[in-house]
Amino acid sequence: MALAMVNVTASVLDWVSSYFDAPTRAVVFGVPIDGHLVVEALLVVVILFQLTRKSYKPPKKPLTEKEIDELCDDWVPEPLTPQITEDMTYEPPTLESAAGPHAIVNGKEVVNFASANYLGLVGNEKITDSCVGALEKYGVGSCGPRGFYGTIDVHLDCEQKIAKFLGTPDSILYSYGISTIFSVIPAFCKKGDIIVADEGVHWAVQNGLYLSRSTVVYFKHNDMKSLENKLEEVTRRSKHPEKVRRYIVVEAIYQNSGQIAPLDEIVRLKEKYRFRIILDESHSFGVLGNSGRGLADHCGVPIEKIDIITAGMGNALATDGGFCTGSVRVVDHQRLSSSGYVFSASLPPYLASAAIAAVDYLEENPSVLSKLRTNIATLFNELSDVPGLVLASHILSPIVFLKLKKSTGTGKTDIDLLDSIAKQALEEDSVLIATTKRSSLDKCKLPIGLRLFVSASHSESDLLKAAASLKRVAALVIS
Amino acid sequence: MVRLPYLTALTTLFSYGILFVFGHLRDFFRKIFDWSKSNNLQGYAPICLGYEDFYTRRLYLRIQDCFGRPISSAPDSWFDVVERYSNDNNKTLHRTEKTTKCLNLGSYNYLGFAAADEYCTPRVIESLKQYSVSTCSTRVDGGTTKLHTELEELVARFVGKPAAVLFGMGYVTNSAIIPALIGKGGLIISDSLNHNSIVNGARGSGATVRVFQHNNAPHLEEVLREQIAHGQPRTHRPWKKIIVIIEGIYSMEGELCKLPEIIAVCKKYKVYTYLDEAHSIGAVGQTGRGVCELLGVDTADIDIMMGTFTKSFGSCGGYIAASKEIIQHLKRTCPAHLYATSMSPPAVQQVISAMKVILGEDGTNRGAKKLAQIRENSNFFRSELQKMGFEVLGDNDSPIMPIMLYNPAKIPAFSRECLHQNVAIVTVAFPATPLLLARARICISAAHSREDLIKALEVISKVGDLVGIKYFPVEPVKPNKVKHLKKIE
Repeated sequence: MALAMVNVTASVLDWVSSYFDAPTRAVVFGVPIDGHLVVEALLVVVILFQLTRKSYKPPKKPLTEKEIDELCDDWVPEPLTPQITEDMTYEPPTLESAAGPHAIVNGKEVVNFASANYLGLVGNEKITDSCVGALEKYGVGSCGPRGFYGTIDVHLDCEQKIAKFLGTPDSILYSYGISTIFSVIPAFCKKGDIIVADEGVHWAVQNGLYLSRSTVVYFKHNDMKSLENKLEEVTRRSKHPEKVRRYIVVEAIYQNSGQIAPLDEIVRLKEKYRFRIILDESHSFGVLGNSGRGLADHCGVPIEKIDIITAGMGNALATDGGFCTGSVRVVDHQRLSSSGYVFSASLPPYLASAAIAAVDYLEENPSVLSKLRTNIATLFNELSDVPGLVLASHILSPIVFLKLKKSTGTGKTDIDLLDSIAKQALEEDSVLIATTKRSSLDKCKLPIGLRLFVSASHSESDLLKAAASLKRVAALVIS
Repeated sequence: MVRLPYLTALTTLFSYGILFVFGHLRDFFRKIFDWSKSNNLQGYAPICLGYEDFYTRRLYLRIQDCFGRPISSAPDSWFDVVERYSNDNNKTLHRTEKTTKCLNLGSYNYLGFAAADEYCTPRVIESLKQYSVSTCSTRVDGGTTKLHTELEELVARFVGKPAAVLFGMGYVTNSAIIPALIGKGGLIISDSLNHNSIVNGARGSGATVRVFQHNNAPHLEEVLREQIAHGQPRTHRPWKKIIVIIEGIYSMEGELCKLPEIIAVCKKYKVYTYLDEAHSIGAVGQTGRGVCELLGVDTADIDIMMGTFTKSFGSCGGYIAASKEIIQHLKRTCPAHLYATSMSPPAVQQVISAMKVILGEDGTNRGAKKLAQIRENSNFFRSELQKMGFEVLGDNDSPIMPIMLYNPAKIPAFSRECLHQNVAIVTVAFPATPLLLARARICISAAHSREDLIKALEVISKVGDLVGIKYFPVEPVKPNKVKHLKKIE
């Protein structure tokens, strides 16, 4: 029995080995078939078989209701706001009168350098009269957005007046200063567009750039070489220039530093690389130029070369709201796609009539601009030798910006130092000045400092008083 | 919710289809025509590419005269609408000197403070002379006046919260506050029909945004459970915080939000709530304190309450009311407080005076009379419209009444016909509402008298017959029936 098994096994083995060792057994289509080719063929068949099987995935188990309950119970949210420490409770000075060059704070009269009242229009008789007329006729609010019976004839008159004053075809009014720029930018720039912006733009512009979802490239603050490099880089990388919209976003007078943008240089670059300009003139409208028409007037650039100009009216025009102006296409596009225009109530009519009166005043009295310029020059001169602080703004800017010569080390101690200077100046010398306050949401990295807003209605003694006070307090505090 | 009958949906789609086909045909001919003229863009991309502004050019411009009608008087119950004409088929409109006196059913003038008021206006003029038009400064620099601090305390007392902070514009309030409260790593759950300012604020904050079905508390619970269990997308870390944003009255539906159920869900899952009372503050509730009073919810249960002064107080601006810590934090970080010009002092005085009238602190009971009047007006108007067979949305006690139109051709027909008969109506279409659900929206005011409302009803009924929007059967007139005010579920 065993012998038979051995015999059978041996004969099978013999047969198998002879099958493999045998020389070329057959010639099929002129190709000699060797024994080992059969093994390889079998291997290929096995591989193909495995490939066609489904791969093993561990079974997915969704969370049970009980597990979800437990997770929900375990979850602990962060507090909505961080803990308030003692030094975070800051109360700003409360005014008890109009914010003119002299104001009353806590019962005392102070010299007011914290209001951007550049033309001295706060408290102007004519403007007050026109506002009283508008209040009696229209009430205070306009009770509706522009599309739904919120358009009052003073709005249309104001838009035409501003357009005529600047020399552009049309303009559009917004109901609040900062909402102007962060509604205009997303109306024109969409995903896929390219924007080259200055790194020192203020928060509203940054918010507009973020909401537009375009690609944003920042260039060094007010540095034209850096701007040219970035434009070159962007143009080289851009694939479809006819389908991608490209913008340069700058401010005329930067409120974070007091610098003035060199518009003629920017226009030259824009024409070379085919970009459009969005210019924010909140602090330069009514200030720069021989007739107050803004940066284009000051640099001698024809206004048609700037595609979109926006401005807040809360500064030189001493009212509230904002406007945007440009070609007819630019303005018409915003009437339906600008969210701050369509979804918000319109500007109160008395503010629009105040704007009309302010522009009238500026047209009739251009001498107020030269007074403002003299004041700025006087103050600039006086403040050039304050101990511990150095002037960082442009010589023509109505925002006189002083920053620390040497930083104390951390941002927090810098702010405390500047705050104490401002506080002492207010309490001891009755001079109200403003320090830069940065929100935690602001991405601007420019240095903070003290800001003085010069007005055409400041007298020379006011300016000298402020300069003397700053010199005295700075010498005490920074030493 | 709106129930869209099949036949109406088909006819509306058919109408839009025809409009699109015609629009495309015109675009095609315009392209051919433009080839022969030179292109003067010289290498710049056009402001609107391709079909981005197709809706504007081909649909909206045809009926442009129904929107943006200028007025030349205060937006009171009767006002003067300026007539306009067009020489080029509605592409551009020009003003004329003529005006027509029309009944105002479109302005947000719930308590009638829009025009010069006997108590408010003298005080406003006095504050104008004292503080001038604007402070030209931000709140933190030198723009805070005594009026601002007074109003903040008054608003906090009125709304029922410990502290409040003011802003110069309602839209900016939402867009700038939400990023200050929540950032990356947080979750915002907002109602599907929330206003554009909330959507912008949520997007600007950098947090993840999820949407729950309009006014549906069980769906909110489902979304919350799923989100808390799964955590942040991809990393599955737990969320830092979750905020649910809802509105008091939704301006396109006229519905009140189901506040008690939603607050119960939010408390159970430890999420924060943000209530936007733009339309409901001052307009609903026994003493005008908004939806919380109307629906019996304690204000301490809601973390942040926001509102605007444009609608019921006849001024401009917005506020946030919350606990003292939150308000102090906001005053330090919110960009709208640090960078924006402070609210104009006469506007602040208007709100102070209006609130005093509503609270009865001016020595008369005009406030209580106004509140009772608006409630009565809204309920009367709504029930009459429903009896006539119109499809009216919204809950009882809400002063906003949308009447469904659906068909795109009925929008200009209804609007122009009503204007001919001296009733000014607001019609809303895409993109403020879904494409198929165009409507006419009526806002009732306390300044409307019973005769005004009856005249409006007559005109609307006549025009409704002409245009064909009485989708429901007309109720037969029952003699001497006493109406009961329906309670909200």
